[in-house]
Amino acid sequence: MDFAGAYSPDNLKFLLEGFWVTLQVAFISIILSFIIGGLVGIIRYAKVPVLSQILALIVETVRNLPLLLIIFFTYFALPEVRIKLEIIPAAIVALTIFESAMLSEVIRSGLKSVDKGQMEAARSSGLSYTQALIYIILPQALRRMVPPIVSQFISLLKDTSLAVVISLPELTHHGQIIYGQSQKFLIPILILVALMYFIVNYSLSLVAQRLELKRT
Amino acid sequence: MLDFSILTENLDMYLLGFKNTIMSSLIALVASLILGVFVAIMRIAPIKPLNWLGTAYVEFIRNIPLLIITFFFFLGLKLSGLYAGTLALTIYTSSFIAEAIRAGILSVPKGQMEAARSSGLTYGQAMRLVILPQAVKIVIPPLGNQFINLVKNSSILAVVAGLDLMYHGDLISSRTFVVFDVYIFVAAFYLILTIPLSLGVGYLEKRLAKSN
Repeated sequence: MDFAGAYSPDNLKFLLEGFWVTLQVAFISIILSFIIGGLVGIIRYAKVPVLSQILALIVETVRNLPLLLIIFFTYFALPEVRIKLEIIPAAIVALTIFESAMLSEVIRSGLKSVDKGQMEAARSSGLSYTQALIYIILPQALRRMVPPIVSQFISLLKDTSLAVVISLPELTHHGQIIYGQSQKFLIPILILVALMYFIVNYSLSLVAQRLELKRT
Repeated sequence: MLDFSILTENLDMYLLGFKNTIMSSLIALVASLILGVFVAIMRIAPIKPLNWLGTAYVEFIRNIPLLIITFFFFLGLKLSGLYAGTLALTIYTSSFIAEAIRAGILSVPKGQMEAARSSGLTYGQAMRLVILPQAVKIVIPPLGNQFINLVKNSSILAVVAGLDLMYHGDLISSRTFVVFDVYIFVAAFYLILTIPLSLGVGYLEKRLAKSN
């Protein structure tokens, strides 16, 4: 084991570059997932006929598949139907498909957790269904959703590592490249990479905990 | 349209992968349940150093990717893909199971432990005879969800040539030069496992919610 060699300035810089890609890909994916998942969650909460049944089917299918399969599928199978994506967009699309399904459930249950009387009161005070949803239900639900959304973001940061299978130049992949040079670097690099994920994810989990405590 | 000859001609490989995925998931489930109960007890036992150790274990493992743990066993300890993957799944899942069990135990009102202790039971007896039976009911739905995650996460084996369903799917696609259809059938096999589990967990959640 060669810790000094593994942690050379060049290698550290290379790992940080990888981590930057991890953070960017995860961040873009969570934003897209929040938008798509939000729409899906609201449509299913509002029980829009036909559309909400179709979305339920899609959400349940995606949620019950391994993310790795979705990544493989997006990058290797879609070109067969003439949808060719570069590595980074493919990773973002795959993560977004999976995470949207997860977040739509978070958002739907957040909406459902708002007391029914709120909607009834809003409606009987003359607001339309949409107005009641936007001004009364959503603001209350959003506050409750923040902790689970942070948890989902932690999962997403970890899951980004799965994109090594399509050579996404993120943290784990950059780690692989470094320990590919010498077997002596393997354990030191795995330890450092694990610590980098840990520091960011643990900090985020503390934030989520604090938010949860504040709420109750 | 899907080419079903892909499925029928490679059925033995699909089934072999399917069997390995089930086996690996079941072994990891049992092992992570045992390990998870153990860690959960460490975290709530009235012994400070044990609490710290349990907390450190849970927080560290929960916050790093499963893939890194898998690489540690596969590349670092040079285990075969199947063993490395199953072991990594066990360690990773045990941290989530420990948290679910801890939350379940903590949700039993404190008075239960106090009453049990003052009626003469030891801490161990009170835990085993009074607290755990009540906690089990609360813990079952989250454990079910962890098992679903475990089955999905078992696809990590494919990254280290772990002979599971995903790995065999890759193998079939590299032999037949077909990707789309091959993966659709792989997905179908995963859904055969995960959809009934999801429905089961949903049913249990509803029933337990009603009984409260």
